[in-house]
Amino acid sequence: MNPVGIIMLVHTALERAEQVARHWTASGCPVVLHVDQNVDTATFRTFRKALEDDPLIRFCKRHRCEWGTWGIVAASQSASTLMLAQFPEVRHVYLSSGSCLPLRPIHELVDYLNQRPRTDFIESATTADVPWIVGGLDVERFTLYFPFSWKKRRFLFDRYVDLQRRLRIKRRIPQGLVPHMGSQWWCLTRQTLSAILEDPERPTYDRYFQKVWIPDESYYQTLVRQYSTSIESRSLTLSKFDFQGKPHVFYDDHLQLLRRSDCFVARKIWPQANRLYQAFLTDPASAMKRTEPNPGKIDRVFTKAVERRTIGRPGLYMQSRFPGRWAVNAISAKPYSVFQGFAELFEDFEPWLARTSGTRVHGHLFDPERVEFADGETLINGALTDSAALRDYNAESFLNNLLWSCRSERQCFQFGPGDNQAIQKFLIRDPNAQISVISGAWAVPLFRSNQNFSDLRREAARLQQIEAAFLTKLRAQETKARVRIWTMAEFIEAPMEALQSILEELGPMAPRHLGEAPKMSELEGFGQFLQNLKNQGMHPYLMGDFPVEPGPTHVPKPPRKPYLVRK
Amino acid sequence: MRLRRKRRLIRAVRKSSELQSVQDNTCNIRPGHVLLVSTMRNEQIRLPYFLEYYRNLGVDHFLFVDNGSKDGTADYLAGMSDVSLWHTNSSYKSAHFGVDWMNYLKRRYAHGHWVLVVDPDEFFIYPFCDTRPIQALTDWLDSSAIRSFAAMLIDVYPKGRIDEVAYQAGQDPLEIANWFDSGNYSISKNPAYGNLWIQGGPRSRVFFAETPKKAPALNKIPLVKWNRHYTFISSTHSLLPRGLNQVYETKGGEKASGALLHTKFLDTLTAKAQEEVTRGEHYAASREYLAYDKAMKEHPQLWCKWSEKYINWRQLEILGLMSKGNWA
Repeated sequence: MNPVGIIMLVHTALERAEQVARHWTASGCPVVLHVDQNVDTATFRTFRKALEDDPLIRFCKRHRCEWGTWGIVAASQSASTLMLAQFPEVRHVYLSSGSCLPLRPIHELVDYLNQRPRTDFIESATTADVPWIVGGLDVERFTLYFPFSWKKRRFLFDRYVDLQRRLRIKRRIPQGLVPHMGSQWWCLTRQTLSAILEDPERPTYDRYFQKVWIPDESYYQTLVRQYSTSIESRSLTLSKFDFQGKPHVFYDDHLQLLRRSDCFVARKIWPQANRLYQAFLTDPASAMKRTEPNPGKIDRVFTKAVERRTIGRPGLYMQSRFPGRWAVNAISAKPYSVFQGFAELFEDFEPWLARTSGTRVHGHLFDPERVEFADGETLINGALTDSAALRDYNAESFLNNLLWSCRSERQCFQFGPGDNQAIQKFLIRDPNAQISVISGAWAVPLFRSNQNFSDLRREAARLQQIEAAFLTKLRAQETKARVRIWTMAEFIEAPMEALQSILEELGPMAPRHLGEAPKMSELEGFGQFLQNLKNQGMHPYLMGDFPVEPGPTHVPKPPRKPYLVRK
Repeated sequence: MRLRRKRRLIRAVRKSSELQSVQDNTCNIRPGHVLLVSTMRNEQIRLPYFLEYYRNLGVDHFLFVDNGSKDGTADYLAGMSDVSLWHTNSSYKSAHFGVDWMNYLKRRYAHGHWVLVVDPDEFFIYPFCDTRPIQALTDWLDSSAIRSFAAMLIDVYPKGRIDEVAYQAGQDPLEIANWFDSGNYSISKNPAYGNLWIQGGPRSRVFFAETPKKAPALNKIPLVKWNRHYTFISSTHSLLPRGLNQVYETKGGEKASGALLHTKFLDTLTAKAQEEVTRGEHYAASREYLAYDKAMKEHPQLWCKWSEKYINWRQLEILGLMSKGNWA
C-alpha cells in the first residue's frame, strides 16, 4: 500500500469520481470518499455499491456541503479521521475533489512525497498579504459572524454584515491563532493532521470557525501554523480562480496545456471532457518528465482571460463591450491627431503631412457631403464606406470603427467648423485625441472664394460661432484630449516651430528636422478682407490681430532652414 | 414593463391555438437538454445541413413551427425522434413574426432548459465552438450565474453575384457565402429595454446607405436559460425582463459573446424575396425584402475589397466581433 491517502469530496458527476477513485486505488493509494448530503440516498447507494468491491475505498459520514460554509471542513475532518484510523500506513493525506484529475502517473506523486516525508503542502498566508480576496471581506471573515448563506440568502448576508459593522462587532480570535488563508486543497502529513484533529482545544477552534466565512480556506491554513515543522506554502493541486472567485474549468482543448504544466493534480475538469479523462487516466505512456510543477503557462492563459473580462480591449465597442461615457476604459483604440485649420492655411498640408510623418492622413472625415478618406478612397478597412448618411447616423461608432480597424497605423484627419459637429463631445473626452487648432483659419477659403460678400459674411459668422464654442469646450477643465491652439496670426508668425512640435508628437517616424515645409496659401489682402468683414458689422476675432496691410512678419519665401533650439 | 411582459405571455397563449401539432416528440426531452426553437417557411433545402450542424454542437431537441410550407418540410422531418413539429397557416405578421408562437412553445416545453432560438439560415458560433460542445458553454454560463448569451448577426455573402452558385441540399452554406464585413457596425443603447441596438454590415452598406435608420437590427440574444415567465419582444433582439438584455459590460471589460452567421445571401434569396414581397408578412411591410428584390436586379454583388473571408471563431474574436470574455 502506498503511504499517500486520498480524500475525495464528491457532490456531482459521480461516475467521473468513481473513475478517478479507481485510478488512485489501482496505484495502491487508499481513498476515503465523502459524498455530499445533498446527493439523494438512492444515487448514493448505487454509487457505494459500484465501489464496494474495492478494498482500498471507504465512505465517511456525510455532511451537507454548501460553498462558504462549515460543512466542507466537517466533511474533510470526518474523512481525515477515518483515513488515519483505517489506513495506518498512510503518511501523507491529499485532499481532493470529485472534479480533480491526476495529471502525472501516481507513483511520481508518491516518489515526490517520499522525498519530502515531513513536508506539509498547504497554501497559507496572512490575510494582509493575499490578493485574491473577492467581495471585500478580508480580516472581517474572522471577526464577524456569518450565519447566513451567501449563495442562497445574499440579502440577509449583506444586511447582517452591515449591521455588525455598524455595531462594531468584533469576534475574539481564539488565543494563539493567527488567521491564515489559502487554497482549500492541501496535502498534510499524518503528524500534522492528527495534531489538528486530536488537539484538546479543537472544540473551541471548531466553534470559532463554524461562524467564519469560507472556513475551508482558513481552518487548516490557520491551524497548520500551530503544529507543522515544515510548511511548503503552495498547493499541489493546480486550481485557478477567475475574478468572481469561481474555479476555471478545464476542457479537452486544454490537453496540451495540462501536459506541459507538470502539475500532479488539476482542478476542475469538466465532467464531459472525455479526452482529458482518457488521456490522463488510461494512458500511462503519456507520462511527463520528472520535473517540478510549472503552472506558469496555464497561469498566463487564465490571467489573460480575467483581464479580457475586467479591462477588455481598449477602443473596442461591440455587442458585449460597450463602456459608458465616463467609464475608466472608455477610450479609443490608439492615439490619433485632429487638425483644424491646417488644410485651410496650407495648400498641400495633407500630402505633406503624410509624406513627412508616415501616418495615414485623411481629409475632412466629417465633411457634410462625404467622408474624405485618405487618397480619395470610397471604402476603407472594415468595409467602412464614405456615405455621409451612414456616418452621421452614428458618428461615434463611425470614428470608433475607423480607429479600431486601422489601429496598426497612426490616423490623422482634418476637422473644421464646417463639418458635422456631432463628434465634438467624443473628441473632447478622449485622451487619445491630439487636437491642434489654428483658430480662424476657416476664413482663408472664404477669402479666396468667389462668393457674394453678404453670403461670405453670413458664412463667416456661422463658422466663427461654431469654432468659438468648440474652443471653449477644448479649454474646459474636463477636457481629456491633448489640445494645442494657435490663433492664425500667432501661427503664421512662426509656422515652422509649430509644425515641428506637431510632427514630434506624431512619433518616432517623424524627422528630427523639417526638410520641407508645406506651402502656405497666398494671404495678400487677407487683412483687408477681415477689415471688410468688420466694416459689415461682423467681428472676426478668432484669427488674432491681422494688420490691414501685410506687415514685415510675412513669411519669407523660400523659407530658410529653421534654427530650432532644442532641449 | 411587467404589464408589457404579461401581455406578451397572454398573447402567446392565445396565439398557441393557431398551432397544430404535427409531430410531438417532446416526451424525449430530459432535464438538462439544450433545445432549439425555430420558425420556418419553405426552408426544406436548408434543413439537412441545419440539423447536422446543430446536432454536432450538441443540441438535444428541435422544436419547429412550420408556417405553411409547401415544399415537403413536414415529410422530411417525419420520423426524427429529436424533432417536434407544429404547423400553422396563420399570419406570421400578426404573430409578431413568429415570436408569439415560439414564446408559447418555450413557455410550455423549455422551462428550466437552455434554449437556442435561431432561424434556419443562422449558424450559431461561440468561443471554442470547434472544440467544446454547447453543453460546455451552458454549464459554464450556469456556473457563472449568467442567464442569457449574446450572439450578433453577421451577414455572410459570396464573392460575385449572389445567385451565381446554386445551393444544394445538405451543403454547408459557408462554402458559398463566406465573406463578411468586419468593422462597420454602429451601436447605440436602446433605453426602453436596455439592449444594444446594432446595425451595419453589408445590408446597411449596400441597401440602406441613404436610410441607415431603417437598416435591420443585428443584435441578438439567441441563447437563454428559459423560465416560463420570460418573453422575447421582437425576434430575439430583446427580452423581458430587462435584466436578460444586459449581455454587455459597461465598465470596460468584455463579456463572453458569440455570433450568428447569417447565410441568407444565397441564390435561394431571389425567389424568396419575390415571394415575400407579394406576401407582405415581414417586418415593416417587408421593406427589407423590397430592398433586396430591387437590389438583386440592379447590383447583386455584396462583396467589396475590404470584405473578410470567414475562417473560424478565433478570427471573429480577433476582429472584435465576439469575445471569449473570461472563459478560457
